[in-house]
Amino acid sequence: MMKNCEYQQIDPRALSVSPSSAQNHTEKKAQRPRRKWEVFPGKNRFFCDGRIILARQSGVLPLTLGLIIVTCGLFFAFDCPFLVEHLTVFIPVIGGVLFVFVVISLLRTSFTDPGILPRATPDEAADIEKQIDTSGSSTYRPPPRTKEILINQQVVKLKYCFTCKMFRPPRTSHCSLCDNCVERFDHHCPWVGNCVGKRNYRFFYSFIISLSFLTSFIFGCVITHITLRSQAGFHTYLVASNLTTNEDIKGSWSSKRGAEDSGNPYSYNSIMTNCCVTLCGPMPPSLIDRRGLLPPDEATPAASASDIELPLFAAKNDTHMEENCQDFALSCTA
Amino acid sequence: MAETHSLQDMRQQAAVAAKVFIQRDYTNGTVCQFQTKFPSELETRIDKQQFEETVRTLNNLYAEAEKLGSQSYIEGCLACLTAYTIFLCMETHYEKVLKKIAKYIQEQNDKIYAPRGLLLTDPIERGLRVIEVTIFEDRSLTR
Repeated sequence: MMKNCEYQQIDPRALSVSPSSAQNHTEKKAQRPRRKWEVFPGKNRFFCDGRIILARQSGVLPLTLGLIIVTCGLFFAFDCPFLVEHLTVFIPVIGGVLFVFVVISLLRTSFTDPGILPRATPDEAADIEKQIDTSGSSTYRPPPRTKEILINQQVVKLKYCFTCKMFRPPRTSHCSLCDNCVERFDHHCPWVGNCVGKRNYRFFYSFIISLSFLTSFIFGCVITHITLRSQAGFHTYLVASNLTTNEDIKGSWSSKRGAEDSGNPYSYNSIMTNCCVTLCGPMPPSLIDRRGLLPPDEATPAASASDIELPLFAAKNDTHMEENCQDFALSCTA
Repeated sequence: MAETHSLQDMRQQAAVAAKVFIQRDYTNGTVCQFQTKFPSELETRIDKQQFEETVRTLNNLYAEAEKLGSQSYIEGCLACLTAYTIFLCMETHYEKVLKKIAKYIQEQNDKIYAPRGLLLTDPIERGLRVIEVTIFEDRSLTR
Protein backbone atom coordinates (compact mmCIF):
# COMPACT_ATOMS: atom_id res chain seq x y z
CA MET A 1 0.00 0.00 0.00
CA MET A 2 2.81 2.41 0.74
CA LYS A 3 5.33 3.40 -1.85
CA ASN A 4 8.98 3.14 -1.12
CA CYS A 5 9.78 6.79 -1.42
CA GLU A 6 12.68 8.84 -0.30
CA TYR A 7 11.88 12.19 1.10
CA GLN A 8 14.07 15.25 1.10
CA GLN A 9 14.68 17.05 4.34
CA ILE A 10 12.72 20.24 4.37
CA ASP A 11 11.94 22.72 7.05
CA PRO A 12 8.55 21.89 8.59
CA ARG A 13 7.92 25.59 9.06
CA ALA A 14 7.81 26.06 5.31
CA LEU A 15 4.78 23.76 5.31
CA SER A 16 2.72 26.09 7.46
CA VAL A 17 2.00 27.90 4.19
CA SER A 18 -1.55 26.91 3.31
CA PRO A 19 -2.30 25.32 -0.07
CA SER A 20 -4.04 28.44 -1.41
CA SER A 21 -1.04 30.64 -0.87
CA ALA A 22 1.22 28.02 -2.39
CA GLN A 23 -0.44 28.88 -5.68
CA ASN A 24 0.55 32.48 -5.17
CA HIS A 25 4.08 31.34 -4.50
CA THR A 26 5.46 32.97 -7.62
CA GLU A 27 3.55 36.15 -6.88
CA LYS A 28 4.96 36.27 -3.38
CA LYS A 29 8.48 36.09 -4.70
CA ALA A 30 7.98 39.45 -6.32
CA GLN A 31 6.82 41.25 -3.16
CA ARG A 32 8.66 41.48 0.19
CA PRO A 33 7.62 38.62 2.50
CA ARG A 34 5.36 40.02 5.18
CA ARG A 35 5.64 39.34 8.86
CA LYS A 36 2.80 37.96 10.93
CA TRP A 37 2.48 41.10 13.02
CA GLU A 38 1.37 43.03 9.99
CA VAL A 39 -1.77 40.94 9.71
CA PHE A 40 -2.36 40.46 13.41
CA PRO A 41 -6.11 40.49 14.06
CA GLY A 42 -6.07 41.98 17.56
CA LYS A 43 -6.13 45.67 18.47
CA ASN A 44 -2.41 46.00 19.11
CA ARG A 45 0.26 48.26 17.78
CA PHE A 46 3.70 47.02 16.87
CA PHE A 47 7.06 48.75 16.71
CA CYS A 48 10.60 47.80 15.72
CA ASP A 49 9.39 45.29 13.11
CA GLY A 50 7.29 43.36 15.60
CA ARG A 51 9.73 43.31 18.51
CA ILE A 52 7.69 45.71 20.60
CA ILE A 53 3.96 45.25 21.22
CA LEU A 54 1.57 47.75 22.78
CA ALA A 55 -2.17 47.95 23.30
CA ARG A 56 -4.03 50.17 20.88
CA GLN A 57 -4.65 52.87 23.43
CA SER A 58 -1.42 53.44 25.26
CA GLY A 59 -3.50 54.62 28.18
CA VAL A 60 -1.60 56.72 30.62
CA LEU A 61 1.81 55.11 30.02
CA PRO A 62 3.36 58.46 28.99
CA LEU A 63 1.95 59.97 32.19
CA THR A 64 3.38 57.16 34.32
CA LEU A 65 6.79 57.53 32.72
CA GLY A 66 6.61 61.30 32.99
CA LEU A 67 5.72 61.23 36.68
CA ILE A 68 8.55 58.85 37.49
CA ILE A 69 11.13 60.81 35.50
CA VAL A 70 10.09 64.22 36.82
CA THR A 71 10.01 63.08 40.47
CA CYS A 72 13.42 61.44 40.18
CA GLY A 73 14.81 64.40 38.30
CA LEU A 74 13.75 66.77 41.04
CA PHE A 75 15.18 64.40 43.62
CA PHE A 76 18.57 64.23 41.91
CA ALA A 77 18.67 67.96 41.28
CA PHE A 78 17.68 69.21 44.72
CA ASP A 79 18.01 66.57 47.40
CA CYS A 80 21.12 64.77 46.27
CA PRO A 81 23.66 67.63 46.39
CA PHE A 82 22.66 68.44 49.96
CA LEU A 83 22.51 64.84 51.14
CA VAL A 84 25.79 63.84 49.49
CA GLU A 85 27.47 66.61 51.46
CA HIS A 86 25.84 65.79 54.75
CA LEU A 87 25.37 62.05 54.66
CA THR A 88 26.89 59.75 52.10
CA VAL A 89 27.58 59.53 48.37
CA PHE A 90 25.56 56.28 48.23
CA ILE A 91 22.28 58.19 48.29
CA PRO A 92 22.25 59.11 44.58
CA VAL A 93 23.80 55.71 43.76
CA ILE A 94 20.94 53.80 45.41
CA GLY A 95 18.44 56.24 43.94
CA GLY A 96 19.92 55.79 40.48
CA VAL A 97 19.88 51.99 40.65
CA LEU A 98 16.25 51.96 41.82
CA PHE A 99 15.24 54.42 39.11
CA VAL A 100 16.85 52.34 36.35
CA PHE A 101 15.21 49.18 37.70
CA VAL A 102 11.79 50.83 37.82
CA VAL A 103 12.00 52.18 34.29
CA ILE A 104 13.25 48.92 32.82
CA SER A 105 10.52 46.92 34.59
CA LEU A 106 7.88 49.36 33.39
CA LEU A 107 9.04 49.21 29.79
CA ARG A 108 9.30 45.43 29.88
CA THR A 109 5.74 45.20 31.21
CA SER A 110 4.41 47.57 28.57
CA PHE A 111 6.23 46.22 25.57
CA THR A 112 6.04 42.48 26.22
CA ASP A 113 3.38 40.22 24.79
CA PRO A 114 1.29 39.35 27.88
CA GLY A 115 0.55 35.82 26.65
CA ILE A 116 -1.78 36.43 23.75
CA LEU A 117 -3.29 33.29 22.28
CA PRO A 118 -3.36 33.31 18.50
CA ARG A 119 -6.83 32.90 17.05
CA ALA A 120 -7.86 29.51 15.78
CA THR A 121 -7.16 28.77 12.15
CA PRO A 122 -10.27 28.27 10.00
CA ASP A 123 -9.70 24.50 9.93
CA GLU A 124 -9.42 24.35 13.68
CA ALA A 125 -12.51 26.48 14.16
CA ALA A 126 -14.47 24.28 11.79
CA ASP A 127 -13.37 21.18 13.64
CA ILE A 128 -14.47 22.59 16.98
CA GLU A 129 -17.77 23.73 15.54
CA LYS A 130 -18.31 20.28 14.15
CA GLN A 131 -17.74 18.71 17.50
CA ILE A 132 -20.27 20.77 19.39
CA ASP A 133 -22.74 22.14 16.92
CA THR A 134 -25.51 19.65 16.42
CA SER A 135 -28.01 21.89 14.66
CA GLY A 136 -25.63 22.91 11.90
CA SER A 137 -27.40 26.20 11.41
CA SER A 138 -25.34 29.28 10.66
CA THR A 139 -28.09 31.84 10.62
CA TYR A 140 -28.16 32.54 14.32
CA ARG A 141 -25.53 32.66 16.99
CA PRO A 142 -25.81 29.59 19.18
CA PRO A 143 -26.11 30.09 22.95
CA PRO A 144 -22.80 30.51 24.85
CA ARG A 145 -20.96 27.24 24.82
CA THR A 146 -19.12 25.77 27.74
CA LYS A 147 -17.13 22.63 28.14
CA GLU A 148 -16.58 21.01 31.48
CA ILE A 149 -13.31 19.36 32.30
CA LEU A 150 -11.65 17.91 35.36
CA ILE A 151 -8.59 19.63 36.70
CA ASN A 152 -7.01 17.97 39.74
CA GLN A 153 -10.34 16.31 40.56
CA GLN A 154 -12.18 19.63 40.35
CA VAL A 155 -14.74 20.53 37.71
CA VAL A 156 -13.80 23.62 35.71
CA LYS A 157 -15.89 25.18 32.97
CA LEU A 158 -14.15 26.27 29.80
CA LYS A 159 -15.90 28.96 27.84
CA TYR A 160 -16.01 29.30 24.09
CA CYS A 161 -14.59 32.55 22.76
CA PHE A 162 -16.63 33.79 19.81
CA THR A 163 -13.96 36.20 18.65
CA CYS A 164 -11.06 33.78 18.74
CA LYS A 165 -13.21 30.79 17.77
CA MET A 166 -11.87 28.36 20.31
CA PHE A 167 -12.45 27.08 23.79
CA ARG A 168 -10.43 29.22 26.14
CA PRO A 169 -7.88 27.28 28.18
CA PRO A 170 -8.34 27.54 31.96
CA ARG A 171 -7.42 30.94 33.46
CA THR A 172 -7.55 32.55 30.05
CA SER A 173 -9.72 35.59 29.49
CA HIS A 174 -10.58 37.77 26.52
CA CYS A 175 -9.56 41.42 26.86
CA SER A 176 -12.02 43.64 25.04
CA LEU A 177 -9.60 46.58 24.94
CA CYS A 178 -6.96 44.60 23.12
CA ASP A 179 -9.38 42.18 21.46
CA ASN A 180 -7.21 39.19 22.35
CA CYS A 181 -7.47 36.13 24.54
CA VAL A 182 -4.68 36.34 27.11
CA GLU A 183 -3.38 33.39 29.09
CA ARG A 184 -3.53 33.64 32.89
CA PHE A 185 -5.19 37.02 32.42
CA ASP A 186 -4.71 39.28 35.42
CA HIS A 187 -6.08 42.64 34.30
CA HIS A 188 -5.64 45.36 31.70
CA CYS A 189 -3.53 48.04 33.31
CA PRO A 190 -3.99 51.54 31.83
CA TRP A 191 -0.96 52.88 33.72
CA VAL A 192 1.20 50.44 31.85
CA GLY A 193 -0.77 50.56 28.61
CA ASN A 194 -0.99 46.79 28.23
CA CYS A 195 -2.66 43.66 29.59
CA VAL A 196 -0.96 41.87 32.46
CA GLY A 197 -0.91 38.14 31.84
CA LYS A 198 1.22 35.03 32.02
CA ARG A 199 4.26 36.41 30.22
CA ASN A 200 4.60 39.84 31.78
CA TYR A 201 3.21 39.35 35.28
CA ARG A 202 6.70 39.08 36.78
CA PHE A 203 7.79 42.31 35.14
CA PHE A 204 4.64 44.02 36.42
CA TYR A 205 5.27 42.74 39.94
CA SER A 206 8.91 43.84 39.97
CA PHE A 207 7.78 47.21 38.62
CA ILE A 208 5.33 47.85 41.46
CA ILE A 209 7.69 46.52 44.13
CA SER A 210 10.66 48.55 42.94
CA LEU A 211 8.41 51.57 42.54
CA SER A 212 7.35 51.22 46.19
CA PHE A 213 10.98 51.06 47.26
CA LEU A 214 11.83 54.04 45.10
CA THR A 215 8.99 56.19 46.45
CA SER A 216 9.74 55.32 50.08
CA PHE A 217 13.42 55.99 49.48
CA ILE A 218 12.78 59.38 47.91
CA PHE A 219 10.24 60.21 50.61
CA GLY A 220 12.73 59.31 53.32
CA CYS A 221 15.44 61.41 51.71
CA VAL A 222 13.12 64.39 51.37
CA ILE A 223 12.09 64.19 55.03
CA THR A 224 15.76 63.90 56.04
CA HIS A 225 16.59 66.89 53.89
CA ILE A 226 13.84 69.03 55.42
CA THR A 227 14.79 67.93 58.93
CA LEU A 228 18.43 68.70 58.38
CA ARG A 229 17.67 72.12 57.07
CA SER A 230 15.42 72.98 60.02
CA GLN A 231 16.68 74.16 63.41
CA ALA A 232 15.64 70.97 65.16
CA GLY A 233 17.54 68.94 62.66
CA PHE A 234 20.45 71.25 62.61
CA HIS A 235 20.92 71.20 66.33
CA THR A 236 20.38 67.47 66.50
CA TYR A 237 23.29 67.28 64.10
CA LEU A 238 25.34 69.59 66.31
CA VAL A 239 24.57 67.55 69.42
CA ALA A 240 25.51 64.36 67.67
CA SER A 241 28.84 65.81 66.58
CA ASN A 242 29.56 67.72 69.80
CA LEU A 243 29.85 71.03 67.93
CA THR A 244 28.68 74.50 68.61
CA THR A 245 26.89 76.68 66.05
CA ASN A 246 29.81 79.05 66.21
CA GLU A 247 32.29 76.30 65.38
CA ASP A 248 30.08 74.99 62.60
CA ILE A 249 29.69 78.38 60.97
CA LYS A 250 33.38 79.21 61.23
CA GLY A 251 34.26 75.71 60.13
CA SER A 252 36.80 75.44 62.92
CA TRP A 253 37.03 71.66 62.82
CA SER A 254 35.46 70.63 59.54
CA SER A 255 38.04 69.23 57.20
CA LYS A 256 36.08 66.10 56.32
CA ARG A 257 32.38 65.40 56.74
CA GLY A 258 31.29 62.35 58.68
CA ALA A 259 30.40 61.55 62.27
CA GLU A 260 33.62 59.80 63.14
CA ASP A 261 36.55 61.40 61.48
CA SER A 262 35.94 65.09 62.04
CA GLY A 263 38.82 67.15 63.25
CA ASN A 264 36.84 68.11 66.30
CA PRO A 265 39.05 67.32 69.33
CA TYR A 266 36.08 67.41 71.69
CA SER A 267 34.10 64.76 69.89
CA TYR A 268 33.94 61.32 71.50
CA ASN A 269 33.69 59.89 67.97
CA SER A 270 30.38 58.22 68.73
CA ILE A 271 27.00 59.77 68.10
CA MET A 272 25.52 58.12 71.19
CA THR A 273 28.30 59.32 73.47
CA ASN A 274 28.20 62.85 72.06
CA CYS A 275 24.44 63.02 72.61
CA CYS A 276 24.67 61.63 76.12
CA VAL A 277 27.44 63.96 77.15
CA THR A 278 25.81 67.08 75.76
CA LEU A 279 22.25 66.39 76.85
CA CYS A 280 22.52 64.12 79.85
CA GLY A 281 25.91 64.95 81.20
CA PRO A 282 26.34 66.32 84.79
CA MET A 283 24.76 69.72 85.18
CA PRO A 284 27.60 72.19 85.89
CA PRO A 285 26.98 74.67 88.70
CA SER A 286 26.53 78.39 88.16
CA LEU A 287 29.85 80.13 88.76
CA ILE A 288 28.46 83.57 89.44
CA ASP A 289 27.18 83.51 93.02
CA ARG A 290 24.23 85.78 92.28
CA ARG A 291 22.58 85.60 95.64
CA GLY A 292 25.62 85.51 97.80
CA LEU A 293 25.81 88.17 100.55
CA LEU A 294 28.55 90.71 100.36
CA PRO A 295 30.83 91.22 103.44
CA PRO A 296 30.68 94.92 104.69
CA ASP A 297 34.27 95.95 103.75
CA GLU A 298 33.69 94.89 100.25
CA ALA A 299 31.55 98.03 99.67
CA THR A 300 34.65 100.44 99.79
CA PRO A 301 36.58 98.98 96.89
CA ALA A 302 33.32 99.04 94.97
CA ALA A 303 32.68 102.69 95.99
CA SER A 304 36.27 103.77 95.17
CA ALA A 305 35.80 102.29 91.76
CA SER A 306 32.86 104.57 91.21
CA ASP A 307 34.68 107.52 92.96
CA ILE A 308 37.18 107.58 90.13
CA GLU A 309 34.39 108.50 87.82
CA LEU A 310 32.65 110.81 90.35
CA PRO A 311 35.14 113.74 90.36
CA LEU A 312 34.67 113.98 86.61
CA PHE A 313 30.98 114.22 87.08
CA ALA A 314 31.37 116.72 89.98
CA ALA A 315 33.52 118.95 87.85
CA LYS A 316 30.98 119.02 85.12
CA ASN A 317 27.68 118.94 87.06
CA ASP A 318 26.08 120.71 90.04
CA THR A 319 25.72 119.18 93.55
CA HIS A 320 22.21 117.88 92.91
CA MET A 321 23.52 115.64 90.24
CA GLU A 322 26.41 114.63 92.50
CA GLU A 323 23.98 113.37 95.09
CA ASN A 324 22.07 111.40 92.52
CA CYS A 325 25.25 109.85 91.22
CA GLN A 326 26.33 108.80 94.67
CA ASP A 327 22.96 107.17 95.26
CA PHE A 328 23.28 105.33 91.98
CA ALA A 329 26.77 104.11 92.80
CA LEU A 330 25.67 102.80 96.14
CA SER A 331 22.73 100.96 94.65
CA CYS A 332 24.99 99.18 92.13
CA THR A 333 27.18 97.64 94.76
CA ALA A 334 24.29 96.40 96.91
CA MET B 1 10.96 1.89 -8.17
CA ALA B 2 12.20 4.38 -5.63
CA GLU B 3 10.93 7.89 -6.17
CA THR B 4 12.16 11.01 -4.50
CA HIS B 5 9.56 13.50 -3.39
CA SER B 6 9.94 16.53 -1.27
CA LEU B 7 7.25 17.00 1.32
CA GLN B 8 6.43 20.32 -0.28
CA ASP B 9 5.80 18.73 -3.65
CA MET B 10 3.69 16.09 -2.04
CA ARG B 11 1.68 18.82 -0.41
CA GLN B 12 1.07 20.51 -3.70
CA GLN B 13 0.34 17.31 -5.56
CA ALA B 14 -1.63 15.57 -2.86
CA ALA B 15 -4.94 16.94 -1.76
CA VAL B 16 -5.66 17.38 1.86
CA ALA B 17 -8.27 14.84 2.77
CA ALA B 18 -8.79 15.88 6.36
CA LYS B 19 -7.25 17.51 9.37
CA VAL B 20 -7.34 16.06 12.85
CA PHE B 21 -6.75 18.20 15.91
CA ILE B 22 -5.34 16.72 19.10
CA GLN B 23 -6.57 18.98 21.87
CA ARG B 24 -4.92 19.92 25.12
CA ASP B 25 -5.29 17.79 28.21
CA TYR B 26 -5.99 19.96 31.27
CA THR B 27 -6.41 17.23 33.90
CA ASN B 28 -3.13 18.27 35.53
CA GLY B 29 -3.75 21.98 35.40
CA THR B 30 -2.45 24.52 32.93
CA VAL B 31 0.76 22.66 32.08
CA CYS B 32 1.13 21.98 28.36
CA GLN B 33 -0.01 18.39 27.77
CA PHE B 34 -1.87 16.88 24.85
CA GLN B 35 -4.50 14.19 24.89
CA THR B 36 -3.10 10.78 24.08
CA LYS B 37 -6.46 9.44 22.90
CA PHE B 38 -6.06 7.96 19.43
CA PRO B 39 -8.35 9.71 16.93
CA SER B 40 -10.52 7.43 14.82
CA GLU B 41 -9.59 9.11 11.53
CA LEU B 42 -6.04 7.86 11.83
CA GLU B 43 -6.94 4.25 12.38
CA THR B 44 -6.33 3.30 8.78
CA ARG B 45 -3.11 5.19 8.47
CA ILE B 46 -0.94 4.60 11.46
CA ASP B 47 -0.35 2.25 14.31
CA LYS B 48 -2.04 3.34 17.53
CA GLN B 49 1.00 2.48 19.61
CA GLN B 50 3.26 4.56 17.39
CA PHE B 51 1.05 7.59 17.52
CA GLU B 52 0.57 7.46 21.27
CA GLU B 53 4.34 7.13 21.66
CA THR B 54 4.83 10.33 19.67
CA VAL B 55 2.31 12.27 21.73
CA ARG B 56 3.72 10.93 24.97
CA THR B 57 7.24 11.98 24.02
CA LEU B 58 5.97 15.43 23.13
CA ASN B 59 4.21 15.66 26.48
CA ASN B 60 7.42 14.72 28.27
CA LEU B 61 9.35 17.35 26.35
CA TYR B 62 6.83 20.05 27.23
CA ALA B 63 6.92 18.96 30.87
CA GLU B 64 10.71 19.35 30.77
CA ALA B 65 10.33 22.86 29.36
CA GLU B 66 7.96 23.91 32.12
CA LYS B 67 9.71 22.05 34.92
CA LEU B 68 10.20 23.98 38.15
CA GLY B 69 13.69 23.00 39.10
CA SER B 70 16.84 24.58 40.39
CA GLN B 71 17.84 25.56 36.89
CA SER B 72 14.65 27.49 36.24
CA TYR B 73 14.86 29.22 39.62
CA ILE B 74 18.46 30.27 39.04
CA GLU B 75 17.56 31.56 35.60
CA GLY B 76 14.59 33.45 37.01
CA CYS B 77 16.51 35.03 39.90
CA LEU B 78 19.42 36.00 37.70
CA ALA B 79 17.03 37.57 35.22
CA CYS B 80 15.25 39.49 37.98
CA LEU B 81 18.51 40.86 39.36
CA THR B 82 19.63 42.07 35.96
CA ALA B 83 16.22 43.69 35.39
CA TYR B 84 15.52 41.02 32.77
CA THR B 85 18.12 42.48 30.43
CA ILE B 86 19.89 39.13 30.42
CA PHE B 87 17.32 37.76 28.00
CA LEU B 88 18.68 40.06 25.34
CA CYS B 89 21.74 37.84 25.09
CA MET B 90 20.65 34.51 26.54
CA GLU B 91 18.05 32.04 25.35
CA THR B 92 15.56 30.87 27.94
CA HIS B 93 15.36 27.22 28.96
CA TYR B 94 11.87 27.01 27.44
CA GLU B 95 13.14 28.27 24.07
CA LYS B 96 15.92 25.67 24.10
CA VAL B 97 13.41 22.87 24.67
CA LEU B 98 11.12 24.25 21.96
CA LYS B 99 13.99 23.90 19.50
CA LYS B 100 14.41 20.30 20.62
CA ILE B 101 10.70 19.71 20.07
CA ALA B 102 10.83 21.21 16.59
CA LYS B 103 13.67 18.90 15.70
CA TYR B 104 11.83 15.89 17.11
CA ILE B 105 8.68 16.65 15.14
CA GLN B 106 10.62 17.08 11.93
CA GLU B 107 12.38 13.81 12.54
CA GLN B 108 9.07 12.02 13.24
CA ASN B 109 7.55 13.51 10.12
CA ASP B 110 10.43 12.35 7.97
CA LYS B 111 10.68 8.84 9.37
CA ILE B 112 7.17 7.85 10.29
CA TYR B 113 4.40 10.19 9.20
CA ALA B 114 5.35 11.36 5.74
CA PRO B 115 5.65 7.80 4.38
CA ARG B 116 2.09 7.26 5.57
CA GLY B 117 0.77 10.46 4.01
CA LEU B 118 0.44 12.27 7.30
CA LEU B 119 1.97 15.48 8.55
CA LEU B 120 2.36 16.73 12.10
CA THR B 121 2.35 20.48 12.65
CA ASP B 122 4.43 21.83 15.51
CA PRO B 123 1.96 22.97 18.24
CA ILE B 124 3.88 26.22 18.70
CA GLU B 125 2.55 27.32 15.34
CA ARG B 126 -0.98 26.87 16.62
CA GLY B 127 -0.39 28.71 19.88
CA LEU B 128 0.27 25.48 21.82
CA ARG B 129 -3.43 24.73 21.57
CA VAL B 130 -3.52 21.69 19.30
CA ILE B 131 -1.37 19.19 17.48
CA GLU B 132 -2.61 19.45 13.93
CA VAL B 133 -2.36 16.23 11.92
CA THR B 134 -2.91 16.73 8.21
CA ILE B 135 -4.11 13.65 6.33
CA PHE B 136 -3.26 13.59 2.67
CA GLU B 137 -5.15 11.63 0.09
CA ASP B 138 -3.63 8.23 -0.36
CA ARG B 139 -2.22 8.46 -3.89
CA SER B 140 -1.82 4.76 -4.25
CA LEU B 141 -5.55 4.23 -3.85
CA THR B 142 -6.37 6.58 -6.74
CA ARG B 143 -4.34 4.47 -9.19
